[in-house]
Amino acid sequence: MLEPLIYDLSRPGRQGVTLPACDVPPTPLPDGLARTTLDLPEVDQLTVVRHFTRLSQLNMGIDTHMYPLGSCTMKYNPRVNETAARLPGLAAAHPLQDPETVQGSLALMFALQEWLADIGGFAGVSLQPAAGAQGELTGVLMMRAYHLDRGDTQRTKMLIPNSAHGTNPATANMAGLDVVEIPSDPRGNVDLAALKALCDDTIVGLMITNPNTLGLFEEHVEEVVAAVHACGGLVYGDGANMNAIVGKVRPGDLGFDVLHYNLHKTFSTPHGGGGPGSGPVGVSARLTDFLPGPLVARVQDQGETQPPHFSLVTPPKSIGRMKAFWGNFGVLVRAYAYIRANGPDGLRGNSEYAVLNANYLRAKLEDVYKLPYDRVCKHEFVVEGVWADAPGVHALDIAKRLVDYGFHAPTNYFPLIVHEALMIEPTETETRETLDTFVDALRKIAEEAHTQPQLLKDAPHTAPLSRLDEIAAAKQLVLCCRPAALS
Amino acid sequence: MAYYPHTPQERDDMLAAIGAADIETLFADIPARLRNPQLNLPPALSEMETLADLRELAEDNQHAGRSALFLGAGAYNHYTPQIVDALIQRGEFLTAYTPYQPEVSQGTLQAVFEWQSMVCALTGMDVANASHYDGATALAEAVIMGNEHFRGARRKVVLSPTLHPHARGVVHTYTQGLGLSIVGEDLPPDVAPPDLADLVDDQTMLLAVAYPNFLGQIDDLQGLADRVHARGALLVVMADPLALGLLTPPAALGADIVCGEGQSLGLPLSFGGPYLGFFATRKSLVRKMAGRVVGETHDRQGRRGFVLTLATREQHIRRERASSNICTNQGLMALAATIYLSTLGKHGLRQVAELCWHKSHYAAHLIGALPGFRVVAQRPFLKEFVVACPRPVAEVNDFLLYQRNIIGGYDLGQDYPALKNHMLLCVTETNTRAQIDDLVGALSELS
Amino acid sequence: MNVPTDLKYAKSDEWIRVEGEVATIGISDYAQDALSDIVYVDLPQVGASYTAGQPFGSVESVKAQSDVYLPVGGTVTAVNEALGQTPELVNSDPFGAGWLVKIQLTDAAPLADLMDAAAYTAFCAGRAH
Repeated sequence: MLEPLIYDLSRPGRQGVTLPACDVPPTPLPDGLARTTLDLPEVDQLTVVRHFTRLSQLNMGIDTHMYPLGSCTMKYNPRVNETAARLPGLAAAHPLQDPETVQGSLALMFALQEWLADIGGFAGVSLQPAAGAQGELTGVLMMRAYHLDRGDTQRTKMLIPNSAHGTNPATANMAGLDVVEIPSDPRGNVDLAALKALCDDTIVGLMITNPNTLGLFEEHVEEVVAAVHACGGLVYGDGANMNAIVGKVRPGDLGFDVLHYNLHKTFSTPHGGGGPGSGPVGVSARLTDFLPGPLVARVQDQGETQPPHFSLVTPPKSIGRMKAFWGNFGVLVRAYAYIRANGPDGLRGNSEYAVLNANYLRAKLEDVYKLPYDRVCKHEFVVEGVWADAPGVHALDIAKRLVDYGFHAPTNYFPLIVHEALMIEPTETETRETLDTFVDALRKIAEEAHTQPQLLKDAPHTAPLSRLDEIAAAKQLVLCCRPAALS
Repeated sequence: MAYYPHTPQERDDMLAAIGAADIETLFADIPARLRNPQLNLPPALSEMETLADLRELAEDNQHAGRSALFLGAGAYNHYTPQIVDALIQRGEFLTAYTPYQPEVSQGTLQAVFEWQSMVCALTGMDVANASHYDGATALAEAVIMGNEHFRGARRKVVLSPTLHPHARGVVHTYTQGLGLSIVGEDLPPDVAPPDLADLVDDQTMLLAVAYPNFLGQIDDLQGLADRVHARGALLVVMADPLALGLLTPPAALGADIVCGEGQSLGLPLSFGGPYLGFFATRKSLVRKMAGRVVGETHDRQGRRGFVLTLATREQHIRRERASSNICTNQGLMALAATIYLSTLGKHGLRQVAELCWHKSHYAAHLIGALPGFRVVAQRPFLKEFVVACPRPVAEVNDFLLYQRNIIGGYDLGQDYPALKNHMLLCVTETNTRAQIDDLVGALSELS
Repeated sequence: MNVPTDLKYAKSDEWIRVEGEVATIGISDYAQDALSDIVYVDLPQVGASYTAGQPFGSVESVKAQSDVYLPVGGTVTAVNEALGQTPELVNSDPFGAGWLVKIQLTDAAPLADLMDAAAYTAFCAGRAH
């Protein structure tokens, strides 16, 4: 056991913080209202601090290690963004205050809406979705609503490439649509011929990631978009891989009708061990009426003498709200600060260096690891983590052995269309010397796979724990350390 | 400023290693006429200037740090112990990813396990997940879970009109493609639980109620579960977890699913987000529950550890057979709430709830005595209560803010036509007696 | 890969052993191997009726979850209770102790569309794993 549970550190009578005495005359509690037991721990403040500090020390994070997780964009999370989000005016504003009293927050949101629209090449943006997957659901519901609004009720299918992230088909299912899978071609693009054969008036549209989950820019993207539009369908862009193309090309210019952005990937907001993220959506002009609401609108242009004035409005054919209030505002602040600090040249530079770093790694590893697609990549690339002459060694073993060399593992077993995939995304914030050390580690591991495979199969050796028994976890299903305590 | 570290020399060396003449070569697959668009963004700023820009925006807001706040309605000003924010800023928590490599993520995984355990303790339920985006989406996921549970055979959902209006809105949005029938919201806001139970038939998948409800009231839910279960349906209780520090847990009342908004557990107001959805259910329903779940296990040396488990419910495995697409959730906020609950502990949480109780009742007692004001209090309330005002709520609030620097309560007429000129007033442990007396004094001028 | 010759097989990897009006159903060796370590089996209630091709339960491992489909029409007369405690029986003995359900046949006609051992073996050989 590395660290006791907080409950194991509990001692009756301890408390981590005191509260002020009640300064008003008390009102008696009615009988039967209050519970008689509450199974929460009793811990002094120092023990709480030590417990969670020690827990944190068991984690790898971007702040401690290179984290080359493909499609996650683990770039540096700037601390100035944390300070910005904690400014009292932003952190202590209640969402339901009169809009007249929160013009600072509304101005920030309006600016971010405009900037994301500009970056993506879109006519309108909603900042409400709380994560990429929620942005996907927003986009798919808008596409569906658009067709129904036009009386096109026979469109019930969504086309999705077989390389897509699992959230794409799951989202289509949540929206009540049927999923039709499209194969990829030998160069890793969507198979254009297969796509054209499936385009008819029963499809809502296509969900596509570009660059795709192989880290490759779709070579026929304009033809793909044209084929879908020609049969009356719409094109949804999954923006998870946007870090490759900010300032290099705008999805709206390619013809995409809707795109979600991942602020916790491309725009540097921290992952937090599983969120909070933010998944704003951008739309072309024909979908702006359907955006989830409310959004921030500029009320009137009073000319140069008055500052702009903002309010919350719901578009006329809105699909509805995606969550309570207006969005993950604290995350929006961080993204605003990031865009403000970088400016257009910085944002473009980030994408250029992300792509440079990925291609550098690819060039340094291609003689040792098999590249299923021999093309210039964008911000990430996929290798096969397996060798015919190193039997018994899998991608998982390579990933675990990297930990011993001081790196977090790349993404494993995704996309599904590559055998034993390892998807590597360095991001632009890694130095050349870190990348060289990473290359050295992977080359040594390749050698070990052939000469000392057991080192990989038993890895990690230097992490706080060795490999965990996932089968036992699923069978025993211990999800809670407290028995249900009633009343 | 940008954060890439490359010098021009390094860039050139790396291009040489790739065999590319320049960086543009790496973008040759982008159609030339669309490449390198002009971005109409303000030019880059130094870190110092960035912060100055944000400060200007922040200064343009009124907020709870500057004015006494009596506004709740789903977002609450509670005191957060200082260690919460200090600990969640540790880089190993803040900058870690989802714990897919458990050997190097035990900090995140154990913290989630402790969160799940505390949610079970508060609600009395058997199992809880790692989080949802907020209480409203947690309620929507409960409806989706109900739909899955009955495999589409039951299509009717009964929603209490006193569930948070935003939560009800999200349920409609989330289910618009699923062909469900949602009823109950047009009942009057003083509807009693038995009247809601009357709407439950054998086509109903679930009845959802709020506890306390949006009007701050604690409905008597005794016997409701029996009536719902007699029709074969599920009972969903959307609860305020801070109130659960004091009130009978929903499991004891027969709930099948308990969900809600966790912002009360030490999260800042932050203009509406990021907040925290919690979700708990019975052990028999665990495989229908969406969201990430952490389970206990051991490593090859037999040492205790934690892993993400039951992954076969989730989108990355089920894909188009998944009923929920949730992936990134509100991990860091769940950590903050876990630290909050650990710091306050079993007695501290109860004390916070009791302070809210005494202070809100003190305020209600005084305001109810003002001519022209009437407190609507047929049911017990914890920290919020309804006040019928002699003038429109907007007028009352303008007076309070611009004449007295007080942020007043929520205008219920926006959501309930029967409650025009009714204000939902919130009093928490952060409101001092002096602030409450000032509020009462100010209102007395409007009598 | 074990493919007993006295059984019939569906394309969705269920096997069926027919004895007059009653039958036993399970999943094949190929299926249990593809799923790997099984951690949970979801079985129907005794008395439930299904038409041919309807899902009657599911089998779950750490990596995958598969519905199981009744190859014929029938009513469930027994379920393998042992799988609650030891789901791994499906891996270790898929044709014996790892059986899933026993049924009373109500529609045996679809038996004609099922594969015999040789056909199923050939079918599996042609699949990508």
